Amino acid sequence: MKKKIKIKLNGKFKAINNNSTLFNIVQKNKIPLTKVAIELNQEIVDKKKIKSINLKNNDKIEIVHFIGGG
Amino acid sequence: MKKDKLIISKKNFSSRLIVGTGKYKNMQECAKAINLSGAEIVTVAVRRVNITDKKKPLLMDYIDPKKITYLPNTAGCFNSKEALRTLRLAREIGGWKLVKLEVLGDKKNLFPEMIETLKSTEVLTKEGFKVMVYCNDDPLMAKRLENAGACAIMPLAAPIGSGLGIINEINIRIIRKQTKLPLIIDAGLGQASDATIAMELGCDGVLVNTAIAKAQKPFQMALAFKNAVIAGRQSYLSGRIKKTLYGNPSSPKSGII
Repeated sequence: MKKKIKIKLNGKFKAINNNSTLFNIVQKNKIPLTKVAIELNQEIVDKKKIKSINLKNNDKIEIVHFIGGG
Repeated sequence: MKKDKLIISKKNFSSRLIVGTGKYKNMQECAKAINLSGAEIVTVAVRRVNITDKKKPLLMDYIDPKKITYLPNTAGCFNSKEALRTLRLAREIGGWKLVKLEVLGDKKNLFPEMIETLKSTEVLTKEGFKVMVYCNDDPLMAKRLENAGACAIMPLAAPIGSGLGIINEINIRIIRKQTKLPLIIDAGLGQASDATIAMELGCDGVLVNTAIAKAQKPFQMALAFKNAVIAGRQSYLSGRIKKTLYGNPSSPKSGII
């Protein structure tokens, strides 16, 4: 069995495979990349580079988009 | 009237009504109301993607950002750090540089926290953002925002969502006289005539959300606001008559039988 690490995605803890990239998370959650922005540990991530970003234990990911607001 | 455009940060808009996209029953209602209002700019909020419910409708699927200018806001931010983080993320979504800065200072009255707002305006302007700033109706603070590089001054009429209309006409008049920047009344309008008053005071536009979204008939209210803004602008440009204490007959006094 693969080793798991714990990350926080949009405020919720998730256990993911040790060798996951940010791209894997985006793909698994069917995130429409052109309509979102991504933060990793409060740093904005270049969406073009997410395939090469390996996730570590306790990483915090925020994926945001536009919703209705005044 | 054809050439009378609202110009914000060198971009021309035909409509002087900006509408918010919050508080509608659903996306369909929101999209239809915006269409009826004739607005070309809509405010949007930045929030977490719903990871658990992937079927939740996306704003961009209903309101095309290629046709309508999205104005990302910082609603819900209570300090400069949160506001800057939000707008940097908004820019990352797709290059949005024209933004609405709104830093709140009190959860109950939702008045803007002007010290944090001013600080954020300075930083954002240096980072290349075009910042439309939600502010209180204080002419001194409006001047400071202008000096800090704001691209539009957006004083409140009254607390957000209160529907009270313009509380302090005098301050709005003073701000109008002192600034050449677009002056847009943001927050607190309750009915279409409030928008007309704002436009007659010489404001360049109004920003409305709750008054349309929460009206009993949002579509009709969207149309009412559209017409009210046009009426107010035309009235302002027409040059009103002077007020007098006594009557002045409309029919000639000569030739009376």
